[in-house]
Amino acid sequence: MFYMSALAFAAFFVWGMLRLPAFGYYQGPYGDVINSFVVFERHATDAVTAINFDYRGVDTVGEEFILFASVTGVALLLRERRDESASEERARVAEGRAGQTSSGVKVLALAVAAPSALYGWYIVSHGQLSPGGGFQGGVIMASAAIFLYVSGEYLALRHMNPISLLELADAAGAGGYVVVGLAGLIASGTFLLNVLPLGTTGEVDSSGTILAISIAVGLEVAAAFVLLMMEFLEQTLEIRQRRRV
Amino acid sequence: MTVLQMAALTIVALGGLAMVATRDPVRQTLMMSLYGLALAALFFAFQAPDVALSEIVVGSVVLPLILLLTLAKIRGEAR
Repeated sequence: MFYMSALAFAAFFVWGMLRLPAFGYYQGPYGDVINSFVVFERHATDAVTAINFDYRGVDTVGEEFILFASVTGVALLLRERRDESASEERARVAEGRAGQTSSGVKVLALAVAAPSALYGWYIVSHGQLSPGGGFQGGVIMASAAIFLYVSGEYLALRHMNPISLLELADAAGAGGYVVVGLAGLIASGTFLLNVLPLGTTGEVDSSGTILAISIAVGLEVAAAFVLLMMEFLEQTLEIRQRRRV
Repeated sequence: MTVLQMAALTIVALGGLAMVATRDPVRQTLMMSLYGLALAALFFAFQAPDVALSEIVVGSVVLPLILLLTLAKIRGEAR
């Protein structure tokens, strides 16, 4: 049976491969059209970001809200139940875990945390000029918080109690995108049409709303991933705690 | 196709094989992180740096991290 289906699969695979276009051959018109217009029309040198945050910006709104909805779902599913341990107990467990981190890991993670936050911000704000943009930069910014956790300073992170601030940032980022879109709708009757002045090509403020959207997405993604991580961590700590009792 | 692209394709093919051959979930997660890195190199070699960046942050950082946290949670329950 296996050999029969493997043979049939091989036959179909080869048959399909024979009709593929040659390597590197591109026949669609859209890429060429965008490439010839993007620098002139949007003053953006990275066509991919211009497509994501401008030409097909409405799709990106949808994608952003997928992330927003899934993080909300995780927060809802992993919420603290009444019969689960108090946060003080949990903090003690975390303290015990923090004690096990080797000093080499601590130093390295702490040394990398701040530069990764800065690098994430650079990727967010330069999305229209070079590869990157709000999504990738947002995740890199969130990884700064992950480094803090790895360094064993998770308690310090918890003491700041950033959950409500993160939730606010998450919502503000998601809403900010829509606000930029609505500004275009109000100003000119088209959702997400550029309303900001275009600067010199090659500078950070060159491409109007693309930068604003990129920052909104970066804020939303960074907050969403830190929230996601904290929810999972809290859950893990809770279970360890319950095991001890 | 350049030598770099062929090398990237070969590494991704081997990485995919290694992914399938790995059985332990923790090793699978770490392997997936490495595989994500190989995929990112592939995308970069094929002149798609934006996709490569997305692949690095999602495929080799966030997804393995969430999987590891989930594994820690499940092991805590199992004991």
